[in-house]
Amino acid sequence: MARAITTRRKVTFTIIGWLVGFVIFFPILWTILTSFKTEGEAIASPPHFLFFDWTLQSYFDVQSRSNYFKHVMNSVVISFGSTLIGLAIAIPAAWAMAFSPTKRTKDVLMWMLSTKMLPPVGVLVPIYLLFRDWGLLDTRLGLVIVLTMINLPIIVWMLYTYFKEIPGEILEASRMDGASLAKEIIYVLTPMAVPGIASTLLLNIILAWNEAFWTLNLSAANAAPLTAFIASYSSPEGLFWAKLSAASTLAIAPILILGWFSQRQLVRGLTFGAVK
Amino acid sequence: MRLKSLMLGACSLIAMAGFAQAETLTIATVNNGDMVRMQKLADDFKAKNPDIDLQWVVLEENVLRQRVTTDIATKGGQYDIMTIGTYEVPIWAKQGWLLPLDKLTADQSYDVDDLLPPIRSGLTYEDKLYAAPFYGESSFVMYRKDLFEQAGLTMPDAPTWDFVGEAARKLTDKSKEMYGICLRGKAGWGENMALLTAMSNSFGARWFDESWKPQFDQPEWKETLEYYVNLMKEAGPPGASSNGFNENLALFQTGKCAMWIDATVAASFVSDPKESQVADKVAFALAPDKGLGKRGNWLWAWTLAIPAGSQKTEAAEKFINWATSKDYLNLVASKDGWLNVPPGTRTSLYENQEYLKVAPFAKMTLDSINSADPTKPTVKPVPYVGVQFVAIPEFQGLGTAVGQQFSAALAGQVSVDQALQNAQQLSEREMMKGGYIK
Amino acid sequence: MATLRTRSAARLMMTPAVLTLFVWMIVPLAMTLYFSLLRYNLLMPGMEEWAGTLNYRYFLTDPAFGAALVNTLLLVGGVLLITIVGGTLLALLLDQPFFGQGIVRLLVIAPFFVMPTVSALVWKNMLMHPVYGIFAWIARLFGLQPVDWLANLPLFSVTMIVAWQWLPFATLILLTALQSLDEEQKEAAEMDGAGPISRFIYIVLPHLARAMTVVVLIETIFLLSVFAEILVTTNGGPGYESTNITYLVYAQALLQFDVGGASAGGIVAVILANIVAIFLIRLIGKNLEA
Repeated sequence: MARAITTRRKVTFTIIGWLVGFVIFFPILWTILTSFKTEGEAIASPPHFLFFDWTLQSYFDVQSRSNYFKHVMNSVVISFGSTLIGLAIAIPAAWAMAFSPTKRTKDVLMWMLSTKMLPPVGVLVPIYLLFRDWGLLDTRLGLVIVLTMINLPIIVWMLYTYFKEIPGEILEASRMDGASLAKEIIYVLTPMAVPGIASTLLLNIILAWNEAFWTLNLSAANAAPLTAFIASYSSPEGLFWAKLSAASTLAIAPILILGWFSQRQLVRGLTFGAVK
Repeated sequence: MRLKSLMLGACSLIAMAGFAQAETLTIATVNNGDMVRMQKLADDFKAKNPDIDLQWVVLEENVLRQRVTTDIATKGGQYDIMTIGTYEVPIWAKQGWLLPLDKLTADQSYDVDDLLPPIRSGLTYEDKLYAAPFYGESSFVMYRKDLFEQAGLTMPDAPTWDFVGEAARKLTDKSKEMYGICLRGKAGWGENMALLTAMSNSFGARWFDESWKPQFDQPEWKETLEYYVNLMKEAGPPGASSNGFNENLALFQTGKCAMWIDATVAASFVSDPKESQVADKVAFALAPDKGLGKRGNWLWAWTLAIPAGSQKTEAAEKFINWATSKDYLNLVASKDGWLNVPPGTRTSLYENQEYLKVAPFAKMTLDSINSADPTKPTVKPVPYVGVQFVAIPEFQGLGTAVGQQFSAALAGQVSVDQALQNAQQLSEREMMKGGYIK
Repeated sequence: MATLRTRSAARLMMTPAVLTLFVWMIVPLAMTLYFSLLRYNLLMPGMEEWAGTLNYRYFLTDPAFGAALVNTLLLVGGVLLITIVGGTLLALLLDQPFFGQGIVRLLVIAPFFVMPTVSALVWKNMLMHPVYGIFAWIARLFGLQPVDWLANLPLFSVTMIVAWQWLPFATLILLTALQSLDEEQKEAAEMDGAGPISRFIYIVLPHLARAMTVVVLIETIFLLSVFAEILVTTNGGPGYESTNITYLVYAQALLQFDVGGASAGGIVAVILANIVAIFLIRLIGKNLEA
């Protein structure tokens, strides 16, 4: 009863909320607007916000130069592939850590996270040499392997924290019923774990989608994802803002739309054990 | 190993399934306008060579350089044709990483003697051509003739630094966002150091003496850097220390710079009325000098080369022949007009009346290129090759580190003396590590 | 008996993850360690020779090293500070009911989906550029002299860009935590006559502590290896103003192609990162227990 919300209060927060949202979103909005300008208009000063000659020229230019859909396909395969494989490896591990913890569980988790601390540039040459010998350079398989490995620690940790909050009594009960380990996982654990798995999946797709170091350095023509697509529009000699903006908009769009549509699922499990 | 043979097996299966006779060339290139056009026009090549398929990897300059260098040094074999600059060619040729283009030089219709001598000599190692130039550039002054006229100034065809400095200060009106001169300031061996090294040559400075001792403690460098920093402080745009080629291009095209000293290829951008607001007001002059016999202009070419381990050398050489031939220039001219042909590689282009008619900057470009000498870049003798770079493997890192110091001096974070002292220290360290000096 | 069975089952289930990660860690690490003791430049093949500690000596005495160390900490610390404070405020805001709340939430989380290189390019040239950037335009609207962000405040500018990218992540985690706070608890406090500020300090903040810990830990791991943003905007300059350890390693690896030097730098970076990690876990690990 004390929480009756006055309209004035709501209006105030509406104004503040939209203002803040606009400011944070502005760089992206500006990129999208710029993608509809001509190159000359893109660097006009003072800037033109909405009143300029809208044109799709940059999108045509981008389309005529690169095979956008091939890059999108590569990005999809690499990010979904690495995430799914990562989940397949991580779910059992996280399950074991959550329900059968030992004294060293925490250390193992911390060790896993610490594998992410070697700066990628420092190990580029060793990895490149190995990939060359194994014939993995410029293959989707190679990129899937790398991204699986670099995101695995985060996947394990996220799942572990989520699983840990599943009450153990339910498992005990199912065990009493004589359910086997496999059944326990399939019928009891999985339904409860789905929200956590879903948001882990989404977060890792986003991370893999935007990973720009390995994907750029280990691919050439066949496996090149959208990060390479962007690299072919940034900083050439000559004006490139409108074209880069168009390419950026195209590169961000799929993941942004996916993220927006699934944000509820993303948020549900995105706690890393932060919620008790 | 097992994985590799599996993959190879899979590949050969696919190959047998239908592409048996079509060879696919993977071409790595920069995303500059001329290369993008080459990609667009490649249908012409495919029509003439139906048995060759082309696959393009187009990347921005820095990323491309990392990719192809890593690949060639580890013999990764991902590319059949690489686009590299005049900095890489002599170093890589010396390592035996590049295939000499013997067939190309022997081809009468290719007419290798038509290549501009300074460009050709930069791509030649032990009398063999290791890369074919796609386009070449020097640097010169681009200026606004309308502003010069208003101020009662006349730009000579071959100005001195003194005149440039004086004019720049006179034309600056910061309250109207009008800056006398725009120069590169962003740290990087190919960014501010390209300009500053070329500029220092005209002041008589050099990177190393004959025994590889760094020379930043010499008065010539001090004079160069002091001149540059003072000029930019008084007549340059704000944010100069993070401006590279593109930032300055945007400034000049929107009419905010009275002068801009940069690559000759910029001439066609600033003269293009579709992009440039000052297209009809631009004129050109040679890079300034100091009366010491050297001008502050550089020499660069983007070239096509074949890695030594490639299995498809014959097809690759065919493509390079096509892309750097006289016919290619004609092809571009017929499709997009003479203004858009890749400049700076062939003498015949500069004798072509049709080209000279549309390109008022052609003569200046040719003179600039011809006056640059990579083997004798500056007044005093040097142990290295290269005008605005030093063709040793250590240079990319060292040049960028020194560039950071000079960019800090421009931003006013360290004094000119301090920047030079740091640069000297850095270079001595690097030379010692590389075993050049004890 | 069941425990024994589950124990071994548990071990079995952990094996794939632990084993693959172990291989992924140990093989490159061993190679890096080995290369770090060689004089090995990619551009000069055939000259590899034993170099002992030469690479480490040069990396650690690099005049940029000290500055890079400080910058790394400042960058990580700065981004953490901005994202935690900003994230908390945003979470509090988004927790309020208002018109179009769902859409605003979408706008706020959007930066998380943008590739680092793209956001760096956009910030540098479209927002921060002192002549035709939006910030300069705003400054001039108020008759002020535009700030030359990347020249005068390079590290701060990079911090801003990175913080913008990570703000949504912090906001989302903190918002989830906030929404799990017991309504009854809040109402009870309200009935006790606690004002909004004391309610925030005594009830909300302690509740968010765990979430903040998580944000700090995860972001730190990613922030220690930030370099694309620096490469695109300032190239580590002017001077060493925005050079961090990762950028220094990058310069060794992909500008010099000095594999030996880069490997030594990589090892040094790992050691430093682990020191930070141990420190972090000591400092805030308690929050993660139980």
